[in-house]
Amino acid sequence: MSTSLLLLIIALIGFVAYFAGRARSLAESGNKLATLHSLPGYHGSYVAIGAVLPAVLVLAAWLIASPLYVDSTVRSALPDTVQGQGDAAVQLALGQVKAVATGLNRLDAAEVEAVKTGSANLRETLAAKGVALAGEGEPYMVEAAEQFNTMRGYSRWLMSAAVLLVAVAGGLYAIRNVTTRFRARNQVERVMLGSLVVASSIAILTTIGIIGSMLSEAGRFFSMVSPMEFFFGTVWDPRFAAAGSEGASGQFGLLPLLGGTLYIAFVAMLFAVPIGLFAAIYMAEYASPRLRSIAKPLLEVLAGIPTIVYGFFALVTVGPFLRDISTQLNGLITGNYQNFIQAQSVLTAGIVMGIMLIPFVSSLSDDIITQVPRALRDGSLGLGATRSETVKKVILPAALPGIVGALLLTASRAVGETMIVVLAAGVAARMQLDPFEPMTTVTVKIVHQLTGDLEFTSPQTLVAFALGITLFVITLCLNIYALYIVRKYREQYE
Amino acid sequence: MSEAAVEKALDQKMNTVPLKMIGKDVSVYYGEKRALFDVNLNIRENTVTALIGPSGCGKSTFLRTLNRMNDTIENCRVTGRITLDEDDIYDPSIDVVELRARVGMVFQKPNPFPKSIYENVSYGPRIHGLARTKADFDEIVETSLQKAGLWNEVKDRLQEPGTGLSGGQQQRLCIARAVAVSPEVILMDEPCSALDPIATAKVEELIHELRANFTIVIVTHSMQQAARVSQRTAMFHLGNLVEENDTDKMFTNPDDQRTQDYIMGRFG
Repeated sequence: MSTSLLLLIIALIGFVAYFAGRARSLAESGNKLATLHSLPGYHGSYVAIGAVLPAVLVLAAWLIASPLYVDSTVRSALPDTVQGQGDAAVQLALGQVKAVATGLNRLDAAEVEAVKTGSANLRETLAAKGVALAGEGEPYMVEAAEQFNTMRGYSRWLMSAAVLLVAVAGGLYAIRNVTTRFRARNQVERVMLGSLVVASSIAILTTIGIIGSMLSEAGRFFSMVSPMEFFFGTVWDPRFAAAGSEGASGQFGLLPLLGGTLYIAFVAMLFAVPIGLFAAIYMAEYASPRLRSIAKPLLEVLAGIPTIVYGFFALVTVGPFLRDISTQLNGLITGNYQNFIQAQSVLTAGIVMGIMLIPFVSSLSDDIITQVPRALRDGSLGLGATRSETVKKVILPAALPGIVGALLLTASRAVGETMIVVLAAGVAARMQLDPFEPMTTVTVKIVHQLTGDLEFTSPQTLVAFALGITLFVITLCLNIYALYIVRKYREQYE
Repeated sequence: MSEAAVEKALDQKMNTVPLKMIGKDVSVYYGEKRALFDVNLNIRENTVTALIGPSGCGKSTFLRTLNRMNDTIENCRVTGRITLDEDDIYDPSIDVVELRARVGMVFQKPNPFPKSIYENVSYGPRIHGLARTKADFDEIVETSLQKAGLWNEVKDRLQEPGTGLSGGQQQRLCIARAVAVSPEVILMDEPCSALDPIATAKVEELIHELRANFTIVIVTHSMQQAARVSQRTAMFHLGNLVEENDTDKMFTNPDDQRTQDYIMGRFG
């Protein structure tokens, strides 16, 4: 019985259980609802949960545990010659056995006999049935595959039986509990609470898992390259290890990348902050509600554009435009038509990233500015201040902590941005201050180190995790500090 | 002298006071809804005029028309004519900002800016260029705070934030802030509704003193307060001006039955 069919049957049992529980509670009460502690629907839900929940748990546990058991049994049954060749060989053999097992199901009895005795080529026979085999295939594999198939069949059969049994038993047990005074409502509430807790723990555990895996991989990197060299090195030259050049290690200096990251983020903020802030002030203080209801969503559409699209924009529009205009400018001034802005440069990436950040700055600042109490506006206007004086002298100072928080959140986005810089800033890792030259960022180098064929044993790839954790720590600190400031500000007017 | 004769004499005395502001056929609409119906009300110079009436009667709306604070409310429309010393304040040639410097306002809830006490008071003079040197500003701040009766309480902590004061002190700070611009008229929208009785008494006393230099219009829900601080009282009901009279007469022998009922607490 397939897993999906099994799930369908469990759902069906749950459905029946719901109506059984409902009917039973009604019967118990003699159709007087007031005598019931919980409404019939709750009794129904309680019985349905009793039937479905344990069955699903058993199913999940079985699906996880059974392949592990079958694998280990088949593995231990492999011939000693294979066992002696180490873990990698065993894994490879096991993989082939599984492929053979899939293939055997498609062969008829005569063909199975033929491959068993070796009279037919295993690989070719299976290939004819659409199953590709990595190696030539040995006769012992067919036996192992047969064992694998039998065990899997048993496991499936047993699982179906167990799950259905648990479902029926659970339902029956639950329905026996249904009486007029039974607190089905409270029980259902507890299950609800439990499922909410499970959902939030999954989110939290995932975060912890991600951090944990990054930390452990970064730890492996730091066992090969010293942290001093990484954090304070000024040269980034990882030198992809060519085959056979074991030990040819490069230099992993973080500083050029970090410098590029911060420089580009700085240029981006330079563009985004004034424009975003002015837009926010206009939206919050001047725009009529009609205009605001149209313009604000339009501005926020910018936030919905995938960053890779901004990357195209940088690559085909902004970059060439800056290059051409610098050519013309240089020509007009010096007569030498030589561009002084590269198409891929800090400036290009900064401008385009700045455009991407405008909606973040404006939307967050707008929320904060509108939170400033109306009484302060009235007070200032009532003294004969103009609107812009009110904004400049009363509203912005009052909203400043919140705006700073918003800007820090935006900055952490700028630091973590990848796709725009990949396309717009280039890949040259160097330390320099000319905004017209290409530079690169931490994120770009992570992408670089982790594309193509990889083996996670050399510092060349593991360095990506060290870079990742560095970036993570920077953005985390920015975010925490920003949230702290924003929260502190919020308390002021309550 | 007969009672009627005394009244007449009093009326005449009050009527000789020049008019500072004249409201003629003032109507206010919030969108489709009409909030004020052809109100004719004059504000006398160096007099405290109290606006009373049940909630939603339009007294605050009328107050806000006097310095065009209603302009800041979306969909609000004012018709009729309001003059300040003969100038129509709704005339397109009038600068709203300048008008508000001449007609200051104190709000229901104390709303000091999140700045120091000193900066709160010097804010108005600074934007209107009333002073140049530090010494000039110091003087304005000191006299304004003195006029608001707050100087002695805050003179040692002028650099502390205005929001750190008590509610009553904050409201007097807001009055000092309004006074610092040297307006001709001060509008007060229920200035004591958020204050305790002691702070209220102080503010009322202050209103008394301010009368010598300023024309004051005050909206209040407290009959006693209106009786204590004002010389003229105007009673609003459902967007109409019911009666305008000397405060003494209003509280002893009103012309209109509705005024009598409201003052006696029979509705409102």
